[in-house]
Amino acid sequence: MTALSRRHFIATSAAVSASLAAPMVRGQGRPRVVVVGGGSGGATAARYIAKDSQGAIDVTLIEPQRTYFTCYFSNLYIGGFQDYDDLGHSYGKLASEYGINVVHDWAIGVDRDAKTVALAGGGSVPYDRLILSPGIDFKDGAIPGWDLAAQNAMPHAYKGGTQAQLLKAQIMAMPEGGTYAMVAPPNPYRCPPGPYERISMVAHALTQMNPTAKILIVDPKEKYSKQALFEEGWQKHYAGMVERIGPDFGGDKVEVRPDAMEVVVDGVVEKVDVCNVIPAQKAGRIAELADLTNEEGWAPVVPATMQSREDENIHVLGDASQQGDMPKSGYSANSQAKVAAMAVRGALTDSRVFPAKFSNTCWSLIATEDGVKVGASYEATEEKIAKTSGFISNTGEDAALRKATYEESLGWYAGITTDMFG
Amino acid sequence: MQGKLTPLLWAAALVGLTGAAPADEIGDPERGAQLFRQCASCHQIGDGAESRVGPHLNEIYGRRAGSIERFSYSDGMLRMGADGLIWDLRTLDAYIANPRALVSGTRMSYRGMPEAQDRADLLAYMRDFTASPADIPEAEPTALPSVPELPPDVLALQGDAEWGAYLSSECTSCHQIDGTDQGIPSITYWPEEDFVLALHAYKTKLRPHPVMQMIAGRLSNEEIAALAAFFKDPD
Ligand SMILES: Cc1cc2nc3c(=O)[nH]c(=O)nc-3n(C[C@H](O)[C@H](O)[C@H](O)COP(=O)(O)OP(=O)(O)OC[C@H]3O[C@@H](n4cnc5c(N)ncnc54)[C@H](O)[C@@H]3O)c2cc1C
Repeated sequence: MTALSRRHFIATSAAVSASLAAPMVRGQGRPRVVVVGGGSGGATAARYIAKDSQGAIDVTLIEPQRTYFTCYFSNLYIGGFQDYDDLGHSYGKLASEYGINVVHDWAIGVDRDAKTVALAGGGSVPYDRLILSPGIDFKDGAIPGWDLAAQNAMPHAYKGGTQAQLLKAQIMAMPEGGTYAMVAPPNPYRCPPGPYERISMVAHALTQMNPTAKILIVDPKEKYSKQALFEEGWQKHYAGMVERIGPDFGGDKVEVRPDAMEVVVDGVVEKVDVCNVIPAQKAGRIAELADLTNEEGWAPVVPATMQSREDENIHVLGDASQQGDMPKSGYSANSQAKVAAMAVRGALTDSRVFPAKFSNTCWSLIATEDGVKVGASYEATEEKIAKTSGFISNTGEDAALRKATYEESLGWYAGITTDMFG
Repeated sequence: MQGKLTPLLWAAALVGLTGAAPADEIGDPERGAQLFRQCASCHQIGDGAESRVGPHLNEIYGRRAGSIERFSYSDGMLRMGADGLIWDLRTLDAYIANPRALVSGTRMSYRGMPEAQDRADLLAYMRDFTASPADIPEAEPTALPSVPELPPDVLALQGDAEWGAYLSSECTSCHQIDGTDQGIPSITYWPEEDFVLALHAYKTKLRPHPVMQMIAGRLSNEEIAALAAFFKDPD
């Protein structure tokens, strides 16, 4: 803790310590918090606010899906290490045990002056504080030839749910010796190691049932997360199967033709059997509709509280936020949600506010029981969430450690989903 | 198994390779042999030593924790081994000083050897039964131990459980509050002292797990006490 934040914390806690016994509610009626998006950030924030305010705050969660399918472990599902159903989590406990008002609908607009959220089903929901955690959307026209209408022919499988099933079905149906291509996204995007973990899992599945098949990665980035670890793993487990075309060879000049199942790399046409297109990303559209995003497409926030830089009554969490050094991950969104939940409670009920803490760890599976991880801790500065220290798995680690790392990832999955949904 | 390295030989090797360090900086193996008697009811060492109640201690230096096949270790010891805990002077010293500080849930029901000199002597004796390639004087196993002692006032800190409740939210991204132990160990309902010792062992990098080293590395003494106060009874 820095001297400054420590002083701040002491001052804050001393000022409110008289009112600790019961959460105090300012003004008339219970303050209202509306959370849009019931994923890693939103579900966590809703649960923590409801749990810790013990009924002093009225929490509404707006989320169109009745079951949240995690993106994390969707790659393991593609690799055959997880069942699809195990990726699904219901909002039942948030409603029944935590008293959260779960509304299954789309938010289609935010009236920041009136402090209301408009719903697709009609009507609007008022808030004192609004939390937006809508995840990502794709940038229009990011890859020539691809738009959302093409997502059945060339799936992204980069949001939770049926896209992962579609992609897996396509991989299973590949002809012997066929080609799976991935168009990888430019920075910044959701889950930096995600595409490369997916390559590992596709390679694993193909090794089992279609060992002469090929994998082609077309990548606009010079380098990527855990690159040495993935490349070592591909060499070890899937030698000769994976080829990556980086920007030096035109990986940043790509066009796709969904009807013909072609990928055109720097003018060279490749015929492929499966094409997994992960386009460039931006904040979930509702953040844009609320006019909270910048020209890069993300919503800048105040690090210590996750409040939007545009509107102090709105907090933006997870992938949609532009916060600094944290990667766009489920772990990060969950970590940010707790900081925001504390700030929101502090603002609405006089509860104690402690210095913000952020951390992240991302596990990836390369092959059976061959897990690796990367992680870091962060602190809130004025300017951004800044990385303070980190670690990454080493190349050449022994099998026992890799197995333990994989088992740890299973524990993390159980832990974070419990932390989100109760 | 190679024969026992005599103290004389070892002293000669030390002087030869480091130029200066006198052998007794590590400890007096003969005195250590006396001290080992309290270990001998569970551990064997020397020619023909076998694992019985505890694992045999030949070649302990440089060995990964929990790695003798067919010996039935505690889950805690296996976890430390998987995390990469290697026995060397520093880690053995910490373990003998207070087994729980290094390995939560260890089956070694030994209260600990408080005197640093006793431990140094004991470890010097045990060193005589390791002659692996890592056993050269400059190598890590013979670096003098520097186990950070936890000042009593740090152990005695009264934690602020409400602060701990907020801090605990960082733990529950992975650990489960109901104590479910699946890939990631349970951290609930621990005696406060064990919790504090464990986190300080990560903070000082005695325990090897990188995520925990990172998380504990930036916790202040007060924050660790707060977490311990919360987790001892999270309901
Ligand atoms: C293949 C893959 C693997 C991954 N692996 C990992 C991993 O191992 N570890 C990790 O930490 N992260 C991983 N991630 C990243 C992780 O999934 C995201 O970073 C995380 O889900 C972001 O949380 P969020 O709350 O910002 O968004 P989400 O979890 O996507 O939640 C957003 C929610 O908002 C809802 N929503 C959107 N718009 C609206 C609206 N207008 N009205 C109402 N609701 C709306 C959506 O339905 C959705 O449920 C992975 C991602 C992918 C794609």
